This record gives sequence, C-alpha cells and structure tokens, in this order.
Amino acid sequence: MEAFDSVHARPAPFWRNGPQPGGLYNFSNNSTTSRNTSESQRSAYPVVTGTSVLGLKFNGGVIIAADMLGSYGSLARFRNISRLNRVNDSTVIGCGGDYADYQFLKSVIEQRVIDEECLDDGFGFTPKSMFSWLTRVLYNRRSKFNPLWNVYVVAGLQDEEPFLGYIDKIGVAYESPSISSGFGSHIALPILREEMEKNPNMNEKDATELIQRCMKLLYYRDARSLNKYQYAVITKAGAKIHGPIVPESNWEIAHLIQGYE
Amino acid sequence: MSSIGTGYDLSASQFSPDGRVFQVEYAQKAVENSGTAIGIRGKDGVVFGVEKLVTSKLYEAGANKRIFNIDRHLGAATAGLLADSRHMVERAREEASNYRSNYGSDIPIRHLVERVSMYVHAHTLYSSLRPFGVGMIVSSYVDNKPELYLIDPSGVSWGYNGCAAGKAKQNAKTEIEKLKMKDMTIRELVKEVAKIIYVVHDEVKDKAFELELSWVGEITGGKHQLVPKDVFIEAEKYAKDSLEESDDSEEEEI
Repeated sequence: MEAFDSVHARPAPFWRNGPQPGGLYNFSNNSTTSRNTSESQRSAYPVVTGTSVLGLKFNGGVIIAADMLGSYGSLARFRNISRLNRVNDSTVIGCGGDYADYQFLKSVIEQRVIDEECLDDGFGFTPKSMFSWLTRVLYNRRSKFNPLWNVYVVAGLQDEEPFLGYIDKIGVAYESPSISSGFGSHIALPILREEMEKNPNMNEKDATELIQRCMKLLYYRDARSLNKYQYAVITKAGAKIHGPIVPESNWEIAHLIQGYE
Repeated sequence: MSSIGTGYDLSASQFSPDGRVFQVEYAQKAVENSGTAIGIRGKDGVVFGVEKLVTSKLYEAGANKRIFNIDRHLGAATAGLLADSRHMVERAREEASNYRSNYGSDIPIRHLVERVSMYVHAHTLYSSLRPFGVGMIVSSYVDNKPELYLIDPSGVSWGYNGCAAGKAKQNAKTEIEKLKMKDMTIRELVKEVAKIIYVVHDEVKDKAFELELSWVGEITGGKHQLVPKDVFIEAEKYAKDSLEESDDSEEEEI
C-alpha cells in the first residue's frame, strides 16, 4: 500500500527552498546576506587613535597642544597628522581618540563655520558656543549607543576671557583652567596644576614653556606618543597653530631601567 | 496680454498652441517688476550692484538685502521676488555644501549654476509648481579666472561679461556695453557699477532706493563680500557726481 502511494504521489514542485516570488535568495552560510538588516553596527571601539591633549589658561589667553601621532593599536601608524583644528580667530579645538570620528566632526564644523560666514551677520562660533554644541552632539551620540569615540578640548578667547573646556565621548563636560585628556591626566596634569598653584598669573611665555615641558615628558612616559607635536595659542591677537615641533630627547639612562620587559 | 483668457496660461506644465509656456513668461515679468541688479566681469574679478527699492520709510536701513553669499567663493545678486530669491539661495548653499561633502573641495561655479538651474527648470514642468520669479546672477573668482552667470526663471543660464536683471535691465545693458570691462580692474568697475545703478534708477516712479555693492576677485583673495565702507562711499560719490554733471550739461543744452 505504501509503495503504491509513493509511486503515484505527485512529483515534487519545481521551486523548492527558493525565495518567494520577487524575494531574494538567502544563502544560509553567507553572513552578509543572512544578517538581520534591522540591526545596525554601532561604534564599539576606536581604530586609529590620538593620545593626550593638553590645555592651559594663562594671563590673557589659552594654549593647547597635541602630538601628531595616529596609533593603530600599539603600532605608530600615522606620524604626521594634526589633531588641532583652528575653528576661527578665537577658537581652537584639540582632539584625542578615534581619528576618523574626529575627521568626520571636523568636516561638519568646517561647513557650519562657512554657513555662519555666509550669513554675514557678525555672529559665528565662539569658544563657549562651540563647547556647548559639541556637548550636545557627543551626548546625543552616546544616548543612541553610537558614540563618537573622542575627547575634545575647546580653547579660545571670548569677551577677552580665556576659555578652556573638556568633552568626552559620553558627553561628560567641564571647564577648568588646566585640562588634559587620556594618559596626560596621569602624567602631565599634576604638573600643570602644581605650576599653576606656584604661579597663578602665568604669562604666555611661562605657559608655553610649561606645555613644552609636559609634551616632552609625555613623549618619554606615554608609549602611544610621538616626539612631534603642535600647539596653539589663542590671545587677543588671534588664534595661531605653531609647529610641528620636534623636541630633542635623550635616552642615555634608558638602559638603567630594568624589570619591565 | 494675448495669453489672458485663452486658458493656456493656467499651468506651467502646458504649452500654448504657438509653443510658449505662459507661466514662465509671467515669472519673467515678475523679475522685471523688481529693482535692477547688475554684474560686470572685469579682468581681476566680478562686481555686483543692486538697486534695492525701499517701499516704506518705516523699514530699517540695510534690511532685505539682495546680495548673498552662497559659499566663501560664490556670490549672488537677485532681482525679482525676494522670498523666492532667498529660497534659491538656500538651495544653492545646500548644493555647495553637498559638493564639498562629496568631493572635499569648493564647488566650481559652472557646477553650481548647472545644479541650481536644473532646480529652477524643474519648477517649469509641473502644474503643481509655480516657477521662480527670480533672476539670479552668480559670480566667482577661482584660479585667476573671474566668472559670471545669470539664471533665468525658465532654468536657462548663460555666462556673461556683463549682465542685468530687473526693471531697467535694457538701459543697464546699454550702459554696460559702453565699458571695456575686459581691461578694467574691479577697483575701477565698482565705481562704474554704482554709476550705472544711479543712472538707470527712475527718480519719478521709484523714489527711495538703497545701493548694494559686492565683489569677488584678486583684491578679496577669491572671497565674495560686500565692498568695504570706504570703497562704497567713494563709488557712490562718483555715481552721484557724474549724475550731477550730466544734469548740468543737459541744462546748458536747453
């Protein structure tokens, strides 16, 4: 009986395991087509990164500095990239963290500056408005669980008052007379604070020397840093980016340090 | 007008039997109701001049400008409906910004003009849209090359050595033709532009007007901007003085 049934059973349909008419094939072993497209990738880690940014207020202005290394993990991948962006005559931003995210936001900022210029109404980004805007952008991105993986230091002069602010990838923001991000907040920031305590009325020269000293120190101590950096000074005379500066270094005593290999 | 009552002027998407699109022609008429705007291309840049008619004494000075920046390197002067102008300028700014985000450089003027004029042209194709009542003059100075274009409500655009739109465009064009603009610097042209605006202004029909002057060229480092105050005052003085001179000589003839 069974055999009879199987012989006379209807032939299998021609179209089996295929897509619905008008649909797409689904090759089950191919990850690109089987991925659920309603999910999207979010930024989970930085790729090419910049290390610390230093910032310091002085009497009549602000100075910020960042080295020119783009690290790919521990590999010193890009050794001549700028991490300081002169927004306008009174504002400079410095950036640590993912370099691609920085480039993205930089192009957005540059277009916004042009849009403001086109209106020709005498208004533009000020350090405080730049700081506030960055705060909103970064906080919004982290609230979507898709942060821009950066730390930004905003430096500038507004109403003849120096401004220095910090914003990180989760939207934490604060102002301070001395700021450092990343590894620099362990190595350089205590020195900046100590010097400011000793000399609360620093002039431009003092501040520049101090920052240069700290950049050199960071080069010795931070394995993700480079002995090539830029610094920007913002005073009443405007905003100017200096460098690249390549300080002399001396590793003569390096062989005495043992036990960390 | 021959078009009225024929039924062929109700839609921008319909031809008349003799092959015209009346809605587009009406839009061009709307441009001719506005104060004159002119642009002249010299050897080291382009100068814009606008006769901005002031219809009420109650308006603030300098309000409702008709010279715009589209990008750092691009300027526009418009004649026609001001609200339409502003919309077109906004569109042009978007196109400039879009080009920069895609190609990472400033938009070349011919690309911008192409994009904006296609947008204007699209508004001449559908019964649900009204064409723009705007004549827009666009200028730039890139790689030592001054360029000047005019976009018409029909979506047509041409490059010019000198062009005019608005009320007195015919008179203005005749005046522009007298100049040897190819050999002139914009420092010289700005005075002539001011003069032409003063010459073509109709004192009887339109009383009050404000002069607007802008330039883009070698002097400005390729940036489009309103002319500085001292240059403006000098140009306006030159315009007024030469008007008075011609008045005096006319009286002598009588």
